[in-house]
Amino acid sequence: MIKLLVIIMVNFLGVASVWASDGGPIPLKHASINLADKAALYRGAETFLAQCATCHSAEYMRYGRVATDLHLTATQANGLLPPHLKLGDEMVGFMPNDYAKAVFGTVPPDLTLIARVKGADWLYTYLTSFYADPAKRWGVNNAVFPGVNMPDVFAALQGVPEPEFTSVKLPDGTSEQRLIGIKAPLVPGSMTPAEFDTLVRDLVGYMVYMAEPAKMQRMNYGPYVLGFILLFTLLMFLLKKEYWRDIKSTIRSE
Amino acid sequence: MIQKLGKWVDDRLPVSHFWNAHLAKYYVPKNFNFWYYFGSILLAVFAIQIVTGIWLAMNYKPSAAEAFNSVEYIMRDVNWGWLIRYMHSTGASFFFIAVYLHMFRALMYGSYKKPRELIWIFGVLILVALMAEAFMGYLLPWGQMSFWGAQVIISLFGSIPFIGPDLALWIRGDYVVSDVTLNRFFALHVIALPLVLLFLIGGHIMALHEVGSNNPDGVEIKTNKDEHGKPLDGIPFHPYYTVKDLFGLGVFLFLFAAVIFYWPDGGGKFLEAPNFIPADPLKTPEHIAPVWYFAPHYAILRAIPDKFLGVLAMGSAIMILFFLPWIDRNPTKSIRYRSMAFKITLFSFVVAFISLGYLGTQPVTYWTTLFSRIFAFVYFGYFFALFVVSRLEHTKPVPERLT
Repeated sequence: MIKLLVIIMVNFLGVASVWASDGGPIPLKHASINLADKAALYRGAETFLAQCATCHSAEYMRYGRVATDLHLTATQANGLLPPHLKLGDEMVGFMPNDYAKAVFGTVPPDLTLIARVKGADWLYTYLTSFYADPAKRWGVNNAVFPGVNMPDVFAALQGVPEPEFTSVKLPDGTSEQRLIGIKAPLVPGSMTPAEFDTLVRDLVGYMVYMAEPAKMQRMNYGPYVLGFILLFTLLMFLLKKEYWRDIKSTIRSE
Repeated sequence: MIQKLGKWVDDRLPVSHFWNAHLAKYYVPKNFNFWYYFGSILLAVFAIQIVTGIWLAMNYKPSAAEAFNSVEYIMRDVNWGWLIRYMHSTGASFFFIAVYLHMFRALMYGSYKKPRELIWIFGVLILVALMAEAFMGYLLPWGQMSFWGAQVIISLFGSIPFIGPDLALWIRGDYVVSDVTLNRFFALHVIALPLVLLFLIGGHIMALHEVGSNNPDGVEIKTNKDEHGKPLDGIPFHPYYTVKDLFGLGVFLFLFAAVIFYWPDGGGKFLEAPNFIPADPLKTPEHIAPVWYFAPHYAILRAIPDKFLGVLAMGSAIMILFFLPWIDRNPTKSIRYRSMAFKITLFSFVVAFISLGYLGTQPVTYWTTLFSRIFAFVYFGYFFALFVVSRLEHTKPVPERLT
């Protein structure tokens, strides 16, 4: 019976995660972020404000919350804060909406919750998968988000990677160029590949934290709550055993 | 002093009568197994949903402009708001897990049979009310899945001939799901349906305590009484089952808390990823999937090529449950004493239900449609097969007393 129950649970909860992969021809890379590494999250916050916040908002995230959660010093916190803003303010993007519409044709999406929509691995792979494509408006395309209307903001740091195509024969006899991967940039950026990789991982870590600041809290409280419930359950088990002793004995005597 | 006060109250209010009739002198079979924990667990989950719901409603704003923001505000700026919200969202899924297991118990041990038909009917009514409650609650966070899920489901009413379009308009209060819809769904979710549920649960338990519980042997304990009129195989609910159910509740709460603190998304099943994007009436998500607990019914809907016939099939999948006490014509209750044919029928039903639950969350392909049709056939086939099998099968002799 218990076995049947386990099968039912596994079927309900487990199976559907199989189809969760979306995106282009490149398999998602594992971001392996660590929310306990406060220094890394702080570096990520700096990168976010320097690189992303020029166009994107994070309208649900307050500067002060970052300072509290990451245990920042007053100097560090004020370093993150743009002029004229207070710690209680939210990370509203620096680009006016009208201007953004004129440049991009649309307002860039708010990024507060993007890590909960796309997942850390997708973000990490996306941010490291821009490649040169002169046909596109910003001169770049993306392997996991083909046709994305976003410039490669890391071009100066990483360089612009080159695409790697292969020729695929289609059933109707024609052939098609299909992207299979990306290669090192022709002109290297200011960072080494390892430095750049750390930068992106830290940024993704910060974005995961920003999407759910409560995650830090629940991870901290989890063991105490579960421990308490476990103790309560054990106590109830012993109590039940004690009470049921007379029922079991009448069954034996019959 | 305390005793005097107690007597004063008891003379004016049937407190001790209630205590004895429903707990201390309410006799219950002594052989309950694992499957009998879910009744009390469901009561606890209902209480959790009510209490967390009250606190959520203190901070939530039921308007299209503010709903999504207010939920994020609860998650970030309200003290312990994240915990209350996760308890409520996880509670919804656990409610259905427990309800489906509770119903499976009834199918297995024949708990819907005479004299418990009304308990079963109350139970199915609770399921219907719970589905409405969950559906309306799901709109409130006002994310993309909230909006488009509601849009799809309400448009189903539009497929009913003649009255359909007007009916859908009447439910929405607008031509599309909008602020008006959100506001009325909020009212129904926090007041109307919880009240309905409360009354139905009351009826369910009153009907149960009138005839007494079934058990894994399907033997009526009231047929064997001692000289004082106590059932020989019965034990008072309190203290025996209060302590036992507290233990069961502890195990349940452990799993519940584990999800709340470590896995509140439920792998995208309890909180769907697209629902972290605010509702956008101009942008249809590429794949609209129902929450897992509606997926079996949604799969049946999609299996039928015609929209209205699909809606009818989906409705019938629930409605047919009301007739179960008369579809199963065999007086033997428990699966322990029934034929292999019955066991195979029930097993096929469970496999069909779980498979439909998986298929209902998948994008439509040739294969998902084919398998949805096969399993929808098996789902309804269960009731037809049961009607025949229950008359023809050879059952084993049922013992006089509990084993």
